[in-house]
Amino acid sequence: MAGFSPTRRNEDPRLLAGLGSYVDDIDPPGVLHAAILRSPHGHARIRSIDVTNARHHDGVHAVYTAADLGRFNQPAPLVVPHPNLTHGRTQRPLAVDKVRFIGEAVAMVVADDRYIAEDAAGLIEVDWEPLPAVVDFRSAIGAELVHDDVPHNVAARLAQMVGDPDRAFQAAAHVFEEALFIERSCGSPIEARGVVAVFDPRLRTLKVWDATQAPLTIKNGLANMLGLPEFNVEVIAPDVGGGFGTKIMLFFAEEVLVPWAAMQLGRAVKWTEDRREHFISANQERGQQHSVRIAVDADARILAIDDKFVHDTGAYTPYGMVVPIITVTQLPGPYKVPNYRSEFTVVYTNTPCVSPYRGAGRPHGCFVMERLIDRIARELRLTPNEVRRRNFVRPDEFPWDVGLPFQDGAPTRYDSGNYHAGLDLAEQMIDPTAFRADQAAARRAGRYLGLGFAAYVEGTGIGPYEGAHVRIEPSGKVFAATAVTSQGQGHYTSFAQIVAAELGCDPADVTVVTGDTSRFNWGAGTYASRALVTAGNALGLAARAVREKALALGAELLEVGIDDLELGNGRVAVKGAPGRELTLGALATASNPIRYAYGKEANQAALRLVKPREGAVLAAGEEPGLEAQRFFAPERATWASGQHAAIVEVDPATGNVEFLRYVVVHDCGTLINPTIVEGQIHGGVAQGIGGALYERLHFDDSGQLVNASFMDFLMPTAMEVPEIEVAHLETPSPLNPLGVKGVGEAGTIPVAALVAEAVEDALSPFGVRINEMPLSPPRIRELIEEARSYG
Amino acid sequence: MPDRRLVTVTVNGHVYKRAVEPRLLLSDFLRHELGLTGTHVGCEHGVCGACTVLVDDQLARSCLMFAVQSDGCHVTTVEGLAPSVDDLHPVQQAFWDAHGLQCGFCTSGMLITTVALLREHPSPSDGEIRAALSGNLCRCTGYQNIVKAVRLAAQRTDGRV
Amino acid sequence: MKPPPFEYVAPRTLDEAVHELADSDGEAKILAGGQSLIPLLNFRLMRPARLIDLNRIASLAYVTARDGGLAVGAMTRDATVERDGRVAEQLPLLDEAMRWVGHPAIRSRGTVGGNLAHADPAAELPAVAVCLDATLTIVGPRGQRQVQAEDFFLGYLTTVLKWDEILTEAWYPAVAQRTGQAWLEFARRHGDFALAGVAVSLTVEHDLIERARIVLTGVGGKPFRAREAETLLVGGTIDERAPAAADAVRSAIDPEADIHASKEYRTHLAGVLTERAILVAYERVVAREPAALDVRRSLEHMGRYA
Repeated sequence: MAGFSPTRRNEDPRLLAGLGSYVDDIDPPGVLHAAILRSPHGHARIRSIDVTNARHHDGVHAVYTAADLGRFNQPAPLVVPHPNLTHGRTQRPLAVDKVRFIGEAVAMVVADDRYIAEDAAGLIEVDWEPLPAVVDFRSAIGAELVHDDVPHNVAARLAQMVGDPDRAFQAAAHVFEEALFIERSCGSPIEARGVVAVFDPRLRTLKVWDATQAPLTIKNGLANMLGLPEFNVEVIAPDVGGGFGTKIMLFFAEEVLVPWAAMQLGRAVKWTEDRREHFISANQERGQQHSVRIAVDADARILAIDDKFVHDTGAYTPYGMVVPIITVTQLPGPYKVPNYRSEFTVVYTNTPCVSPYRGAGRPHGCFVMERLIDRIARELRLTPNEVRRRNFVRPDEFPWDVGLPFQDGAPTRYDSGNYHAGLDLAEQMIDPTAFRADQAAARRAGRYLGLGFAAYVEGTGIGPYEGAHVRIEPSGKVFAATAVTSQGQGHYTSFAQIVAAELGCDPADVTVVTGDTSRFNWGAGTYASRALVTAGNALGLAARAVREKALALGAELLEVGIDDLELGNGRVAVKGAPGRELTLGALATASNPIRYAYGKEANQAALRLVKPREGAVLAAGEEPGLEAQRFFAPERATWASGQHAAIVEVDPATGNVEFLRYVVVHDCGTLINPTIVEGQIHGGVAQGIGGALYERLHFDDSGQLVNASFMDFLMPTAMEVPEIEVAHLETPSPLNPLGVKGVGEAGTIPVAALVAEAVEDALSPFGVRINEMPLSPPRIRELIEEARSYG
Repeated sequence: MPDRRLVTVTVNGHVYKRAVEPRLLLSDFLRHELGLTGTHVGCEHGVCGACTVLVDDQLARSCLMFAVQSDGCHVTTVEGLAPSVDDLHPVQQAFWDAHGLQCGFCTSGMLITTVALLREHPSPSDGEIRAALSGNLCRCTGYQNIVKAVRLAAQRTDGRV
Repeated sequence: MKPPPFEYVAPRTLDEAVHELADSDGEAKILAGGQSLIPLLNFRLMRPARLIDLNRIASLAYVTARDGGLAVGAMTRDATVERDGRVAEQLPLLDEAMRWVGHPAIRSRGTVGGNLAHADPAAELPAVAVCLDATLTIVGPRGQRQVQAEDFFLGYLTTVLKWDEILTEAWYPAVAQRTGQAWLEFARRHGDFALAGVAVSLTVEHDLIERARIVLTGVGGKPFRAREAETLLVGGTIDERAPAAADAVRSAIDPEADIHASKEYRTHLAGVLTERAILVAYERVVAREPAALDVRRSLEHMGRYA
């Protein structure tokens, strides 16, 4: 795709100057502040709630409990249903009778300011009856019930099969088994959640600012819940300080309570989540336990995989079972797995709810697959990369069908890629041969260096669809609107580039509007690495339609054929005739046959109107202006891929792991903006490193979150994340006009697997085996000691 | 009625006089009382650094100070770095040129910390840059382009920030 | 996470502060740098009726040469100590350890006195004060008294300060000639509280250890003075004695387990750090090239983090 790819983003000057507009920055006149009273217990019955003292506190306008909400207090919609989710449960905005996780909302105080609201919340007296809590999902089946009507705490089971795994296992030369455990973490954007709502009782219109990744769905849902027509509700996702999936969770309690309260009180109401709340009430993810077997032939070729796993969904299932479904479909990764059985059980625990966090099930699947690759390599005395190469889908084997439906219902069918070339490039960059020499020398000097690789694929760009509206204004500036929002991914720039490439103008002249439901009414949201593929292509199609209108009008006004025109530099010009041109702005003005002249170009247009003519100025079916609205619905996901490699040093005395080099080769199809892509990868890798070596949520037996702060939940700082060297490979997608694939989650997917391979390699003299994530220095020491004691 | 104290504080060169409750955090005072929303709040326990400002030219986490403590002080927030969006401070310009921000939420803290760093160490090594920024958490960028931005700013400003 | 309401006073003199504190019946907290106290207030883990803000008392912030040592007023900012060339010259251990205290923004407001009085069991400055044998001055309604650092810390967040007393100064004696010092800690991330840390000060005569002081943080409720390890080092060469000293530390301590580290790990780590820090301290005074791998790695580690 020809077009200028700037490294500077359109959105930055405003953000750099401190002129961003995040939800907590929005203070409508007279706004009141909400604070939520949350359960301090992992599992408890509510015997009674007394809000008298809270209600009487100075500055308090209202205190609501479930009783006050009446019929409004319905269980939240189960936003991603599935036939196998036989025992899905969602929470009510305010708990009735029972709380099932620490942080569950029990009451809401609305007061003059947040300080007073918290004071008043502290005066609410709740008579709790603590109940035994189920915290470890590995022993949830058959433990105390989280939901009285959900036997064994099982929300869902799903068994799927491809081919004939039993036969393959019987005939196999080798069968290996692994038990693998991945622990819970969370997205933890630096901006927590927040909602501001303003209700106009005269017009019965509701305007909501919400740090969400899906404002349209929120709008439609709120309209439905609050009994308002959709066109009376506006939801705006303003500047959002990071999403990572945490903010795609829909209709969390505060998201519906705040607008409801605004309607009740006839005042603007605002809730800004604080960090402690975020840790105990925003959604989390990553807990799974796998029991997996793999069958290979004598040449290390994979014949079959049989994987059983338990997935922790927390106390409720508002987002369905998307995460484990993605794990299943993504587990085979870039490898050919002719026979595959997968069975998973989703279990409830008395912990905060689980819904997608960057990676959304893929890191789990990749961890399992890559650990199996390492196992095969070790047993058959090959290098892991040799095993990878023998099993990679080859470039001439696309489209490659995994044999299962993906999270969007369409087949899991890889469209394009070149995994061999990617791994070759990663090896070139990291130079394993030189490394082995370094490693040997280091070992003689008592230092332990290790090298690891990991490979993954990522299904991106799923439907259902996105749309875009593009319009050229008389000023020559271009307005482009779409429903997908931004949480920092640079959409205001990459989307502008796509439009600018079609219209032959400067991306800096394209203003992109996203996340405002009053500006564009159709679409789903920003999740699953889909925004560029879906909205990007819709923008391209809309811009192309506008381009065609501009050329047609230019041809008419300049009295030439369309083929005699070229479009560039913001103008339409006659080829080879300097001076015979019209700017896009002039064309936009001319395209609107108006009566009132408000400027020079408009004057020309208005003059044309008063010339004598026959017939209407607009033919039947013709529209004024240079604008178009188009949609793009992908037929199925498009498959990005990548290979990471890293050199680490492990200090066996302290268990500390340090990165000496980190290399990424990734393929997201056609590159629109390499700088933005690299930024996404850097950020993803950093979160992957966090999940591999630092981040862990510690719940005690009663369901209390022991490390609910940044002091004790360890996110990596600039000292813990290495320099990341990125190389790009481009295998365009045949599934969309731009040939693009998504990249938002890519960086996180293989990191845990990579760290496991690298640390095992470093500590191979000790014979350490890694079957869990995250690791920590104390745990690495334990693994060394355990390996030693086995002789 | 809550006890209020009169605070006279100079922020970005403007003098403000306000009556505030002693417990009002400086971060909330700047953002909601003075409407300077460029300083952001990420944790309110002094770890993320998003709320970092300069108080009498020294770094301070504004969530760990009360507004009353700023009486008589000179505070610099991100809004005080540049005259306008079209005339950015060299550190802001370097962040723009190096793609040193994504969502922008940690950015004001990063900028202020960078200004303080370069005033004291005009030519920091990458290790020194990372150590200086280790008190500012970013979840989007993986820090790489932030370090690049600081390096670029150092080259361009030679300590004159 | 907004703090609960409190009465607030900001006295201008130490006498006023003592008076305010005495007047508060034990319901007041001192506000120094605020870097430890204000998070506790924001989490509402503490609800003092009154805060006595010492930040307006200019006479409590100073670094002065006195009596052959350096006197540091309690309200001196950590960053001030970090930047003071006399500290680097005369108290290298304090200089080195200071770089590990949190992050620049924390050191910019945090105070030496506040850090010592808060007595976090994994903090750097308490262990350094004990290792350097600092003398602490305490002022209250009954007058002034002095306490050696080693006697000042009682246990988890507890010192000898009575509810109506204020710590006003830490005086550090100048370090003797032929003394090498090292601070070494291991934390999960840069700036975090240490899982364990050790301060070592070795005075050397003809390559033999004449005097040793070894103090650990993070291994108990208060700084741990490793007397047995010190005794083991005296009169011997370093290569002979350092491993034994490390073992002595391991046997003597009884650290807590928490979510970040088990008791076994902390114990083991304390020994590793002790041995490495002894070697670094020794090699600084003897000025020999760091031969041991562990020492090289420790120095790199410090360089990377300092």
